[in-house]
Amino acid sequence: MTARIRASWHVARVANRRPETSSAIRLELDVPTWPGNHAGSHLDIRLTAPDGYQAARSYSVASSGPTTRVMLAVEELPGGEVSPYLVHQLVEGDQLEVHGPLGQYFVWIPTKTDRSPVQLIAGGSGVVPLFAMAAARERETDHADFRLLYSVRTPEDVFFVDELAELTRTTVEIVHTRQSPPEASRPPGRLTHESLGDYVFPASATPRIFLCGPTPFVETIAGWLPELGHDPTRIRTERFGGSG
Amino acid sequence: MAVINSGFGGRRGASDSRLPPGQTLVDDWPVLTAGLTPDVGAHEWTLTITTETGAEYNWDWNALQDVGVEDIVTDIHCVTHWSKLDMAWRGVPLDRLFEDVETSYDYVMARSHGGYTTNLPLEDLLDGQAWIATEADGEPLTPEHGGPARLLVPHLYFWKSAKWVRELRMMPTDEPGFWEQNGYHLRGDPWREERYW
Repeated sequence: MTARIRASWHVARVANRRPETSSAIRLELDVPTWPGNHAGSHLDIRLTAPDGYQAARSYSVASSGPTTRVMLAVEELPGGEVSPYLVHQLVEGDQLEVHGPLGQYFVWIPTKTDRSPVQLIAGGSGVVPLFAMAAARERETDHADFRLLYSVRTPEDVFFVDELAELTRTTVEIVHTRQSPPEASRPPGRLTHESLGDYVFPASATPRIFLCGPTPFVETIAGWLPELGHDPTRIRTERFGGSG
Repeated sequence: MAVINSGFGGRRGASDSRLPPGQTLVDDWPVLTAGLTPDVGAHEWTLTITTETGAEYNWDWNALQDVGVEDIVTDIHCVTHWSKLDMAWRGVPLDRLFEDVETSYDYVMARSHGGYTTNLPLEDLLDGQAWIATEADGEPLTPEHGGPARLLVPHLYFWKSAKWVRELRMMPTDEPGFWEQNGYHLRGDPWREERYW
């Protein structure tokens, strides 16, 4: 199938930064030695203080394919060690050490053999690797249907607003848990066992499912999917929480 | 390669000499699982050690308890950069389970309910270094943390401590398990930062 892309250390330069939401930053990194990455993979960022102290954290990559321009979207974890630095202190032109690409499992690689639809389910900033998959799908002329179910607190918390609106191969459904936009037909509230089935491909379509978000979100949704008839072996999950 | 992030101070208060390189202390206990959380009840749980002759050594829940549960206080280190210190565990030492096992193979594939696998050298499982754990922090292991029983090999990154373990199968060579096929290191020593290959 696709050749394995080896992970190694790279020096990245911050080419562009702009707010993604009020609590998240979009970083575009120029990484001249980056070997490209599959959609959904992640990298480690390692920060080094002037006295040599280091801290590292993992972040999903929002871009994919054979490019040396790597896009991240990082949500600030209040009280975190690395994310507040990335969100508030990093400026364009700064250098960063990154290690990657990492993860050969939670990735979408277009194949000729499996043309089943793909269901993406995101909780909060868990949308980042799933957005990478939807964007990768746009580059394929002939492939399966994608759906993205995106659970988010308020309209202001939505990542990739413009890019999601421009997707032509992925049907996007956003569920607001705390506050809905004025035009919304659905009152704000969390997904429920009953409503989940309205937003995802039916089990009869045998979708591959990628589920990413905070641990409680993933645990909850992952528990409901088999009850809707979905094959557990076709569900891949990525959880995050707590070490930002 | 020397990149200095000049404005970066870091959270020094949390540093500790027991922390391997690249790790950060946490107080909570994050969950990392590749797929779904299997629902395995203690009454249906069993553990099998399988050797090259096809011989099987079996324990069900009660038999495991009869082998003798001991208290363990240990640090755990996850490859995703968090560590938790002085965690209280209870479990059965693998030394006891391997006492009567006859094998000339040097490697083990741990296999779990739900299909997870991870490979380990046998010598990393013996000499008081590994357990079948059934309790953490004074409570029975919850399903999301691998309950009713998981492997506990705290001197290696925690993906080696397979949740919902059901079989330890002897192998002649060090074949990669699930994460190891997906880019993680074959052994995973946190003090050598053996994260990825």
